[in-house]
Amino acid sequence: MKAVFKRELKAYFSTPIGFLVVAAYFFFLGLYFTVVYAAGSPEISMIIMATSSIVVFTIPIITMRLMSEDRRQKVDQALLTAPVKLSGIVFGKFFAALSLFAICFTPTLIFEIIVATKVEVNFISYLYSLLGMLLLGSALISIGMFISSLTESPIVSAILSLVINFVVLYLSTFATMVDVEWITKILNRAAFITVFENFGNNIFKVADIIYFLSITAAFIFLTVRSLEKRRWS
Amino acid sequence: MIEVIGLSKRYGTHLAVQDVNFSISKGEVVGFLGPNGAGKSTIMNILTGYLSMTQGSIMVDGFDINENPEDVKKRIGYLPEIPPLYIDMTVSEYLSFIYDLKKVKFPKKPHIDEVMRLVKIDNVKDRLIKNLSKGYRQRVGFAQALMGNPDVLILDEPTVGLDPKQIIEIRNLIAKLGKNHTIILSSHILSEIQAVCKRVIIINKGEIIADDTPDNLSAKLSSDRSVMARIVCNEEDMLEALSSVKGVAKVVSLGSKEKGSCDFVITPEEDTDIRAAVSRRISERGKTILSFADSTLSLEQVFLRLTEAQDNNEARRMLGFEVNEDIVADEVTEEIESEEAE
Repeated sequence: MKAVFKRELKAYFSTPIGFLVVAAYFFFLGLYFTVVYAAGSPEISMIIMATSSIVVFTIPIITMRLMSEDRRQKVDQALLTAPVKLSGIVFGKFFAALSLFAICFTPTLIFEIIVATKVEVNFISYLYSLLGMLLLGSALISIGMFISSLTESPIVSAILSLVINFVVLYLSTFATMVDVEWITKILNRAAFITVFENFGNNIFKVADIIYFLSITAAFIFLTVRSLEKRRWS
Repeated sequence: MIEVIGLSKRYGTHLAVQDVNFSISKGEVVGFLGPNGAGKSTIMNILTGYLSMTQGSIMVDGFDINENPEDVKKRIGYLPEIPPLYIDMTVSEYLSFIYDLKKVKFPKKPHIDEVMRLVKIDNVKDRLIKNLSKGYRQRVGFAQALMGNPDVLILDEPTVGLDPKQIIEIRNLIAKLGKNHTIILSSHILSEIQAVCKRVIIINKGEIIADDTPDNLSAKLSSDRSVMARIVCNEEDMLEALSSVKGVAKVVSLGSKEKGSCDFVITPEEDTDIRAAVSRRISERGKTILSFADSTLSLEQVFLRLTEAQDNNEARRMLGFEVNEDIVADEVTEEIESEEAE
């Protein structure tokens, strides 16, 4: 797992992808901070919340190559014939993607420190929103990774992930189109954005954490199965 | 070392490999020979655990590939048809990754250096793989397979696309490695198999049709040890002279292909060597021999004959094997189907 993790994380920065993604986050986080700070509201968790729309676009870029590229370049033959478990390979890739995602949010720590020198801040609230973002990220990354394992083409993988990210994140907007009450309720509750906003608004619910974690686990499991299935096709 | 029993692989309705059996003992260098699409790569992919099998069992060094895949994979180094390389890494980065991936026990730097020296890539170790030529990439793939010094090496067409000098280098390397490794090598270059392998398994349409040494195979197929001769002579006189040699069953004249000479095919009676007697008779008559060759087939001809046979049973019959007509492909298919239904 460690070998795959190291290799994948390094690969992000041996191509422009890693730098572009990180740069995009740094730019938007910086922009939001400037605006929010100028307006006199030092809530870093709000800044983190505001990036959720960028997440939708960047996760597919992070995950598109994760599995598909190996297959296209036939490197999977080296990975799958090495004495390692499939789950080790998948976890290695997953954590590499998650680490890149986490790196993107490092400026918020600096912002928090800057604000802390001026006014009193709620550090817990900041950390909780950051946790929410990482959990949202890991759920979306696992979904993207699964999609990437289904195709040989990074582009197909990216487009498909993008569509699915929109759907799962903004399920609640579909809720308004449905008249049946219980369906509306489910859609509203299941939408990633609803769950994620709870983190930003400091509504602490164990169920939210479990929700994202279980989705992550489910799609990591499905990715392993998808690799396994290829052996049997 | 390697024991394959009743191996079959089906893609959808297509049987890519059917009922393949062979065993390879430690230290053997075995060649898989077959036309494209015969199932060589599929068998190799199954042996290395990249693909699953539909039916059968594979044991490597006493470990079953389905039950202890990691123990099996630890013992096998695999160079697939297309070397599995991360082209955005440098050679040493890539090999270091493979070292970590395979959890090799030897000390890291000396081991990687040793492997690089062995396949002669130490001069390009800091170059990106995407900038390497095909020959170098192939060798990096080779290094990947050698990482951890596994007992078994499985090489899928290791010399494809290389220039003649590189082919000879790789071939020498295989011969060198063959001294302390068990090697399975696939190729459709026959001279290559002949040069490095003591045993050939010919695969056609997913089945093994022959498993023997290269020499035995050609001997078995050219059961008629006919002799071809070009002699400076009068056609009719020579026909008469040759027919009366003891042991000669038949003499056929092919007519004159070179001015003043005539070509003959002389077929002996079963199990007799007539070459000495024939050449003696010709010199007794005071005639000159321009060429004299027995028609023992080269591996190339063996291969063509076998793979061009109407079906695999005919090919087996050519080799003098008994063919059990009951075992035909359909039945294997049915067997697999009934098993899946269960």
